[in-house]
Amino acid sequence: MTRRFSWFNATSLTLGFAFLYLPMVILVIYSFNASRLVTVWAGFSTKWYGELLRNEAFLKAAWVTLKVALLSSTLATVLGTMAAYALVRAGRFPGRTLFSGMIYAPLVMPEVITGLSLLLLFIAIGLDRGVLTIVLAHTTFSMCYVSVVVSARLVSFDRSLEEAALDLGCTPFDAFRSVTLPIIAPAVISGWLLAFTLSLDDLVIASFTAGPSSTTLPIKIFSAVRLGVSPEINALSSILILIVTVGVVSAALVSKRTILRREAEARKARRQ
Amino acid sequence: MSPDAAQQDTSQQASREFAPWNDPEERPLIRFLSVTKKFGEFTAIDDLTLDIYRREFFALLGPSGCGKTTLMRMLAGFEAPTGGTILLDGQDIVPVPPNRRPVNMMFQSYALFPHLSVRDNIAFGLKRSRMSREAIEERVAEMLRLTRLERFATRKPHQISGGQRQRVALARSLAKAPKLLLLDEPLGALDKKLRQETQFELMDIQERTGTTFVIVTHDQEEAMTVASRVAVMDEGRIVQVATPAEIYESPNSVYVADFIGDVNLIEGTARPKGENRVEIDWAEGQPPLIAASQERLAPGTRVHFAIRPEKVAISSERPAQAANAFRGRVHDIAYLGNISTYHVMLENGHLIMAQTANSRRISRRGFSWEDTVWLSWTDSAGVVLTR
Repeated sequence: MTRRFSWFNATSLTLGFAFLYLPMVILVIYSFNASRLVTVWAGFSTKWYGELLRNEAFLKAAWVTLKVALLSSTLATVLGTMAAYALVRAGRFPGRTLFSGMIYAPLVMPEVITGLSLLLLFIAIGLDRGVLTIVLAHTTFSMCYVSVVVSARLVSFDRSLEEAALDLGCTPFDAFRSVTLPIIAPAVISGWLLAFTLSLDDLVIASFTAGPSSTTLPIKIFSAVRLGVSPEINALSSILILIVTVGVVSAALVSKRTILRREAEARKARRQ
Repeated sequence: MSPDAAQQDTSQQASREFAPWNDPEERPLIRFLSVTKKFGEFTAIDDLTLDIYRREFFALLGPSGCGKTTLMRMLAGFEAPTGGTILLDGQDIVPVPPNRRPVNMMFQSYALFPHLSVRDNIAFGLKRSRMSREAIEERVAEMLRLTRLERFATRKPHQISGGQRQRVALARSLAKAPKLLLLDEPLGALDKKLRQETQFELMDIQERTGTTFVIVTHDQEEAMTVASRVAVMDEGRIVQVATPAEIYESPNSVYVADFIGDVNLIEGTARPKGENRVEIDWAEGQPPLIAASQERLAPGTRVHFAIRPEKVAISSERPAQAANAFRGRVHDIAYLGNISTYHVMLENGHLIMAQTANSRRISRRGFSWEDTVWLSWTDSAGVVLTR
């Protein structure tokens, strides 16, 4: 069925996308502005990207952010996968709904509260705020996302594959490592990418848990903007948008490809 | 059932010498001793005792939910009995985890590892044993040859057909040369023609490897075709264990008679008549049924008389010499190509099935709807069942 072109649909689509993306487009455009004044266009230039690379403070913050994102997303992936595995495999037990609810609760918890409670915890146990505390904080909240993605895959995982592995002489851990993990790998990878992206652009929780020597990029940008928007910030934000986009798109592509492949296999199997 | 009657006869002949269950010297490979399995309140296996012998092709047959799969999963080690002992080769295997049992299983879904090639699937179990790489390669090649999969060794499971996948699953489970191979509805996913071919292939492989096979199935034809002995199960109990021919010709209960093949069941009251003979009063105004009975029945016992449709003769005249003969009207005819089944209504409204083989290609059809016919059978054609 071919649908007729409708002015109404086209207009609402345009408005909707403009509403979502116009601010970002303007930001990206102005990052190529030659003028120091943010709102006055004075020709195309990439000099602010060059300036950025020479700005020690920004580079340091970027390095901290990357370190935090890599560590926390990896940790969150391990923990989130384990949690998902335990919940999906444990079957029915009293309090199961409560447990799975508790894993997903941080998804809807206001970030301010998560941040504040973590801060209180770190102070209580006397942990100095720094990279480690941000990593722990980010792991805490991004682990739920990983767990959601992985358990969605595990629910449709054929249990008899694991039993077959056990039957053929695997220990339970060996069965997980050599059969379950390779098969659910796409979900685990997209969970990791999601956690990485979340950690990269988090401001609220990081500002609660960061110490003076461990400023992340979002914190740096936020404090810089309070003193006035500079074109450098525009350039930096454009780069961040690019990284996040790549992360989210590849996470989506990984899971999309798996679904498509599985469907193709199922179709083929039916035909045979 | 009866279309395969001839085929069964030959398979029975072939295995006539093989009957370790009749040999008191023979030690069983598997012993279930008063095994009970409960899932919460539900009793899946109820105080079950069963012996299975070496080199047997043993079928567990029953409707879904009868406990046959639970029984098999206990052999594999995926379920532990709530009570009782399971011995394999004299050793109690209840505390042994699945990865340490000399038992392999072929799963209903095949459970092939989608990320591994056919070759790696077959080698999977071998790589987890203490075998040299050369020995593994040799064994995999042997398995590929046995299941005629050489050409597909490098393919992934989703790149081969259902029948080939079934053979990969079989090769994988046989690769470690288990003492016992479990097959969980192995042919359920195949279409009828392929299923029949594969049944013979399975029997052939079982004979060549000398492995003990235990197969779970709900398909009675499949159980009858492949098995040396069949255990008919119902609600966690074994109703009868016997060879396919015994199960078919001498069922021990109405349940077994009704579950295996078509059967006419007539309820009545027994009246013993001399040695090994019984008359059954079953309807007002009808002569009693005359049947042979091994059991001594007390007069007045409620019994079921079971007779297979192919043992009932159909004729237009009353046969001169027949222990039992009843007049009726042809109610329905089912033409199945090789046989025809006549549903005949007796004068008291009782429906009896009679089967005739269509051994001639073009023949005058004997009987038509509403024809008056005579049904007859000898006194030993059916069995008298008390439960």
